[in-house]
Amino acid sequence: MIIELGHFALILALAVATLQAGLTLTGAARNDLNLMAAGRLAALAQFALIALAFATLVHAYFVSDFSVANVAENSSSAKPLLYKLTSVWGNHEGSMVLWVLILALYGAAIAWFGDAMPPRLCARVLGVKGLIAIGFLLFILLTSNPFLRLSPAPEEGMGLNPILQDPGLAFHPPFLYLGYVGFSVAFAFAVAALIDGRVDAAWARWVRPWTLASWCCLTLGIAMGSWWAYYTLGWGGWWFWDPVENASLMPWLAGTALLHSAIVVERRDTLKSWTILLAILTFSLSLVGTFLVRSGVLTSVHAFALDPRRGVFILVLLCIAIGGSLALYAWRAPAVEPGGVFAPISREGALLLNNLILASCCATVFIGTLYPLFLDAVGGPKLSVGYPFFDRTFVPLMIPLLLAVGLGPLLAWKRGDFLGALQRLWAAFAAVIAAMLVTFYLSHGGPVLSVLGIGLAAWMGGGAIVEIADRLRLFRAPWPDVVRRALTQPRASYGMTLAHYGLAVTVAGIAASGFEQQGIALLHLGQTLPVAGYTLRFDGIGRHEGINYTADRGDFTLLEGTRVVAQLEPERRFFPLQQQTVSKTAIHTNFFADFYLALGDPDNKGGWAVRAYWKPLVPFIWIGGVIMAFGGAVSLSDRRWRIGIVARRAGKAALPADRSRA
Amino acid sequence: MSWRRAIYLLPLAAFAALAIYLSHGLAPGYNPELLPSAMIDKPAPAFDLAGLKGEARLTNRAFTDEIVFVNFFASWCVPCRQESPVLMDLSRRNVIVLYGIDYKDKPADAEKFLQQYGDPYRRIGVDDSGRTAINFGVYGVPETYAIDRTGHIRWRHVGPLTDDVVKNEILPLLQRLGAS
Repeated sequence: MIIELGHFALILALAVATLQAGLTLTGAARNDLNLMAAGRLAALAQFALIALAFATLVHAYFVSDFSVANVAENSSSAKPLLYKLTSVWGNHEGSMVLWVLILALYGAAIAWFGDAMPPRLCARVLGVKGLIAIGFLLFILLTSNPFLRLSPAPEEGMGLNPILQDPGLAFHPPFLYLGYVGFSVAFAFAVAALIDGRVDAAWARWVRPWTLASWCCLTLGIAMGSWWAYYTLGWGGWWFWDPVENASLMPWLAGTALLHSAIVVERRDTLKSWTILLAILTFSLSLVGTFLVRSGVLTSVHAFALDPRRGVFILVLLCIAIGGSLALYAWRAPAVEPGGVFAPISREGALLLNNLILASCCATVFIGTLYPLFLDAVGGPKLSVGYPFFDRTFVPLMIPLLLAVGLGPLLAWKRGDFLGALQRLWAAFAAVIAAMLVTFYLSHGGPVLSVLGIGLAAWMGGGAIVEIADRLRLFRAPWPDVVRRALTQPRASYGMTLAHYGLAVTVAGIAASGFEQQGIALLHLGQTLPVAGYTLRFDGIGRHEGINYTADRGDFTLLEGTRVVAQLEPERRFFPLQQQTVSKTAIHTNFFADFYLALGDPDNKGGWAVRAYWKPLVPFIWIGGVIMAFGGAVSLSDRRWRIGIVARRAGKAALPADRSRA
Repeated sequence: MSWRRAIYLLPLAAFAALAIYLSHGLAPGYNPELLPSAMIDKPAPAFDLAGLKGEARLTNRAFTDEIVFVNFFASWCVPCRQESPVLMDLSRRNVIVLYGIDYKDKPADAEKFLQQYGDPYRRIGVDDSGRTAINFGVYGVPETYAIDRTGHIRWRHVGPLTDDVVKNEILPLLQRLGAS
């Protein structure tokens, strides 16, 4: 009965979404405040209904109601409670409900905070979001309904893919969706601006916090996914250029470009039609990613159950959403008047360079991911171009971008002083040389590219610190003055420093992978394996029973000389329900390096294959991601974004296009 | 229409082209794994590749008087992981003689890959430059070729092998080639 309630709520949500789109768009066209206000209520109602539907699905998973087909196919009764919950989005149907839930959550948030916005802008944004919701709710109800019953109900469910039974993966999809579904807000703003025919600084100021919030979530989501891949999927690799990973990377690259170009629109009132295009493309890439993952046109480790009908449906949705918005763009964007001019060497110039490179990176990933499809004319998908392609295209593109990250923030708006900026960066140059020398010494002359990569990271990190020191006039002004400046700096500028610093940390982690050392051996009890100055001792092996698996658990001691560093217990878990073996690695980390241990197959003569790696700086890859997201959050807390709230308190309806001086 | 306006049409045009591509992948009756090949019934191209893990070199002269299968794979290839249980099963049951060609890969990664997923190959050649793959007409990895006793390519499969492919193509193929 409860699950039917959920089904009914979802159908009702479809009706309400239709109402929302109709009310807001008509209201905006007629400038009828009552219709627009009713549309905002509809957005709140739509969220409440989808939340109810989602809750009934969660309930069905909690009580293991196998009469629901979706639960029977993706869950089982003998499973930790956490994974019963995460099973809800560990499958196609359930994850689509989460998708629309997050879509509606953003819609409700806009409706809630909408008082501070110009009412027609708010209404049009909600109208576009209503249209997107109609498309995806229809998709769920017609092709991917999770609320269907099975009769007779099976005794036991088929269980969740063991690879997905992991805490790291549990919260990866919600963050990912908060990220790329969140870009639907920027998309809706772009379409609203095109209908309106007007883009100005105020518009950019409305778009940026939503984009920033989505970007932070997406950054965290990608970092979590990569971390999970690191400790479960492979042999310590953390990025596989898999289509599903690429599907999340493309919106991230485009979203990063959007964040930066929106700054130019806000401050300098230029690059406007480009920013609109980016906003459309960012969400379009999220949609294309959804299509690729769920239509079965590409093979991937993550692929959901396939059904060609769904592929056709999503493709039609794509054509309406992306084709429609791009047609609107072709029609209306020429009317957006171009803004001020700027010299190539200027803050705008640096941000434009950032945009061009990020867009090229994004195009590269796009082509690499879709290459199999582009072969359609001659051949088949289900092929992989893999890292040789991306290594040779993506990486060289990133280098000039990373160089610009260190320099760009020091350039002035409109016309910058290139040599002056370089002079101010002398400390960063010193950091680069010191970092490269230290790395070269510690790694006994490791791979040149890795040493250069560390230098690049030092350049960005040094640049970020020089920039903030410059702002605070550190060492140049008296201390009380510096402290006063530090307290009055806008939080957005600290946010930028943190985000750029986080990027430097991630790049250092990536570059240091060249210094990795490994040991692979067949070990018998009591034998040792030397890896990177450590000694690994094999102490024993035992059987271990989990709630839904049995495991061989190895007992290892990690020694440095005679000092015990850590006890490591890697496992090989066998899941009888799915007849699948999953490796559970053991990792000892001190946050500067990981010691990574995986247990392989036994040779049945008492020996066990053991793979051990020493990975310097690898935790930096994810720590950097967290710093970037934190920087975004700090920027989001800036007072400037809340000017609207102040305006509302003052009883003003619309936001004045107030230029900030930060 | 002025040039300036035409530029704004570009994104739409690019998307239209993309949509046609995407729809191609969904066309009814479209089977991505059925591919014509110019190499069918031609002699297998000659090659001489370094062996993996310092083994002897792998050349096409090794294929004498038996039906062999040549599988192009790489450690960075996700579909290869998907097909590896099928290959392992074939080699464990001695159904086919399987050689591997490691395509544009780091040998160390390939070794790790084989340790994790198993090594179904009799021997492995390292095609670092990808030239051998070009001579075979490989579109991407994984891809599998069957070469008969006279050294002619008789069959080719693009994409991961599945149990269905084994049942419906490889086993009949072996019967046909064995009989002739």
